[in-house]
Amino acid sequence: MNAESLEQIAQRRQAARDGMKCRVSVCSGLGCESVGGESVLEKIRARMRLQGLADQSEVHLTGCRGLCQRGPIVEVEWGAAAQKQRHLYLDVDEATADRIALSHAATGKAPDDLPSHADNPFFTKQTKIVLANAGEIDPEDIESCIAAGAYSGLEKAITEMKPADVIAEITKSGLRGRGGAGYPTGLKWSTVAKAAGPKKYVVCNGDEGDPGAFMDRSVLEGDPHEVLEGMALAAYAVGAEQGYVYVRAEYPLAIKRLRAAIKQAEKLNLLGTHIFDSAFNFRVDVRTGAGAFVCGEETALIASVEGARGTPRPRPPYPAVSGLWGKPTLINNVETLANVAAIVRKGGDWFASIGTEKSKGTKVFALAGKIKNTGLIEIPMGMTLREIIYDIGGGIPDGKKFKAAQTGGPSGGCIPAQYLDLPVDYESLQQVGTIMGSGGLIVMDEASCMVDVAKFFIEFCREESCGKCIPCRAGTVQIHGILDRIARGLGGIEDLEKLEDLADLLRNTSLCGLGQTAPNPVVSTIRYFRDEYLAHVVDHKCPAGVCTMEGAAAVAPLAAVNG
Amino acid sequence: MTVKTLLLNGKPVSAAEDQSLLDLCRENGVRLPTLCHLDGLGDVGACRLCLLEVKGSNKLLPACTTQAQEGMDVTTESDRLRRYRRQIVELLFAERNHVCAICVANGHCELQAVALEVGMDHVRFDYQHPLTEMDATHPRFIVDHSRCILCTRCVRVCDEIEGAHTWDVANRGMAARVITDMAQPWGQSDSCTSCGKCLRVCPTGALFEKERAAVGTRKNRDFLVYIKNAREKKQWSR
Amino acid sequence: MTADQLGATTSKAGDKRLKMLDAAMRRQQFQPDALLEVLHSAQELYGFLSTDVLTHIGRSLKVPPSRVYGVATFYNHFSLKPKGEHACTVCMGTACYVKGAGEILGAVRRDLGLSDKKATTDDGKVSVVVARCVGACGIAPAVVFDAEVVGGLAPEAVVARVKGWTR
Repeated sequence: MNAESLEQIAQRRQAARDGMKCRVSVCSGLGCESVGGESVLEKIRARMRLQGLADQSEVHLTGCRGLCQRGPIVEVEWGAAAQKQRHLYLDVDEATADRIALSHAATGKAPDDLPSHADNPFFTKQTKIVLANAGEIDPEDIESCIAAGAYSGLEKAITEMKPADVIAEITKSGLRGRGGAGYPTGLKWSTVAKAAGPKKYVVCNGDEGDPGAFMDRSVLEGDPHEVLEGMALAAYAVGAEQGYVYVRAEYPLAIKRLRAAIKQAEKLNLLGTHIFDSAFNFRVDVRTGAGAFVCGEETALIASVEGARGTPRPRPPYPAVSGLWGKPTLINNVETLANVAAIVRKGGDWFASIGTEKSKGTKVFALAGKIKNTGLIEIPMGMTLREIIYDIGGGIPDGKKFKAAQTGGPSGGCIPAQYLDLPVDYESLQQVGTIMGSGGLIVMDEASCMVDVAKFFIEFCREESCGKCIPCRAGTVQIHGILDRIARGLGGIEDLEKLEDLADLLRNTSLCGLGQTAPNPVVSTIRYFRDEYLAHVVDHKCPAGVCTMEGAAAVAPLAAVNG
Repeated sequence: MTVKTLLLNGKPVSAAEDQSLLDLCRENGVRLPTLCHLDGLGDVGACRLCLLEVKGSNKLLPACTTQAQEGMDVTTESDRLRRYRRQIVELLFAERNHVCAICVANGHCELQAVALEVGMDHVRFDYQHPLTEMDATHPRFIVDHSRCILCTRCVRVCDEIEGAHTWDVANRGMAARVITDMAQPWGQSDSCTSCGKCLRVCPTGALFEKERAAVGTRKNRDFLVYIKNAREKKQWSR
Repeated sequence: MTADQLGATTSKAGDKRLKMLDAAMRRQQFQPDALLEVLHSAQELYGFLSTDVLTHIGRSLKVPPSRVYGVATFYNHFSLKPKGEHACTVCMGTACYVKGAGEILGAVRRDLGLSDKKATTDDGKVSVVVARCVGACGIAPAVVFDAEVVGGLAPEAVVARVKGWTR
């Protein structure tokens, strides 16, 4: 495989596509799948066959379009090569699918009563880099991915650039870790590159344990080659020959698609030995997680790949210097790696032109909770929360009021209404007491109780704590116990002080990020919703009407006796 | 062998290559509370009692697993460090069922000693009262989980020194327990050699001899360094 | 328990499963590092990880039994007890929680007489399990019926579907 043959595949595919009368892509994201996406695909294929257009139409699955609330989502592209037109359909059931296929096949245009939703601000306000190929490619067909540019970045790097040049581009781009910490990617790469070899590893962290986040899942399922190419570029840059994709067990489709993608890439020698006829070798294996949130932490992930309990190890030494089996290891999040190929192809300057001064590029968010348009979005860093929630998200349903947006999952905090005009980037989020996190963005309305939300998150941390260090193991139990008592109406004002003390203890003495950030939701909700906490512990009332407060009844008679 | 110089509580000291901050403190007469550390065993940095403040780092570093570096400026005592140490011990006492009055290690217990050292005299947190069990199936030894602090010294000594790896940790978080083999009764363990090392390294009364149950147990822990020196350096002095 | 006994105590199916487990371990070259992959294979073959299976794996990979047990019990995905014929997994991720997953879980558990300590019905037909997040936040609240993920159901609808299994 060399540049020429890669180009040939791309051209052949493009030519075939141009010759088609129409091309239909059906979203294969989990949201659309669960409402019958697969059968919609079959219906359309069947209709095309009936109309005698089986070999003049391309009907395929594609990656997540993002608007999970309105699936199944179907896009039809038709017309002469020079003037392709597109029509985006939402809420497509089997009957509608048949109508759409018939209409395009017989009349060459869309049914009159089904307008295109391509102009919906949900779509137009986004900026796609990581999710750019949704609608273009079939994730199970490598040639369609090549036609969209897959592996052209790798080819460019291997034939035209030195490893140090690749690192320079990534550094110039300003790309920061998308898993949550926001560590400068170029710096991490250069640290691993400088570490003593010869054996080094590249690991893609697909553990995505944050409850409420499904960005990485969608990328792995919808565009696996984007991630594989990113890993190969990373390996080339730092001097590694073996890569692992660590995917959580709860994502069987992602695992299946990845394995298939690796096989297809190996067959075309885009992975393996002497890639693009060079001295560069790189092979990738998939490793499955087994249901442990803590394994998203780098050293715990390493322990897991090594076949042990996923307990974190003291850092330093950092994985970049001593990681998997003691060797220098580069660990990057799925989304981070998914940006790499585009940066190599278009240049670090291009990437740096998007976003804010310290937060470059885009971020994929999983928009969920009390919002009209739940789903997956990709926006430039710096867009305000208001734009995300109201312009793209469609606002709060049922005429309810916005109360808070939670980012960063169990490691993050909430953003109250007063910060709706906050530009979303790493620094701004940190300043208001939360973190970017992996991308989960949960919107809450007045029906949510912030004490209950804090309790939910700390219970999660308590269950996921590995148990190695005392502050996290015993501290999360205590924090949860206090919040539980408060929610049952048995709390007192001294409990708030205890919570703050425990928060300080866990943040500063826990061994790893799980324990260190576990208090964040508690601290953040106390900071912005202190009145709500006071109502619980002083008045023994839950303003949102969520907490059971059963203990309050027991306490009241005593209060009456004691005056 | 590069020697490093650094500041320890404002005083300049020198450290050998690979020397841990904990080692350095001891060498210079600086006391640090520890529970999971034991001379002769690999360090895990789990109890978090030996955390130190290092200038230039906003993170506290565990003395047992952190190597001394040139130019470090280390502080071992401060109000917050003292507060954290006390709270960690409070959390331990509240976590399981530590009743000193009826414990075989009463008076000779490292947990008690550390509590005294960090000035913990009462527990603010809610006692958890977990359902813990005792396993007396072994002919000579007993394990009482109500006294276990999960320091994992037993796991490490059985793995690193005896080599049998009978002990390990099962489950996660607050449900974590030390177990033998397939979590079966200790008396049924195939791998246990009854060497008694785990008993001797256990800081509390969680692991003890049946013979000494009534009279109380005293544990002599320097056998570990003795064995290590004998094996590795061919030195048999005690 | 020897490998022979392990294969012999169960039926012909047991022999086959044991052969497949051994093949999975051979594919990993019996490396101790591959413990997690092997546990995954074993769970897929047997539905859960019995002490016998864990012991056999430990012997084959040359990993001490306590370490095998420690690893198997660390991860949520592995089950040391047999699961029910059918599994209803209620996602308790943040998005699903905010959309009422708690009520769904409560309703289903109440209907079947289950709790957080008891996950499987006495007749072994149904298990009700909690998942920390299945990544289907766009269709919250998500419930997985065996392998099928369904979103947006009300508690009554979920209970009705699960009832269908008990007939």
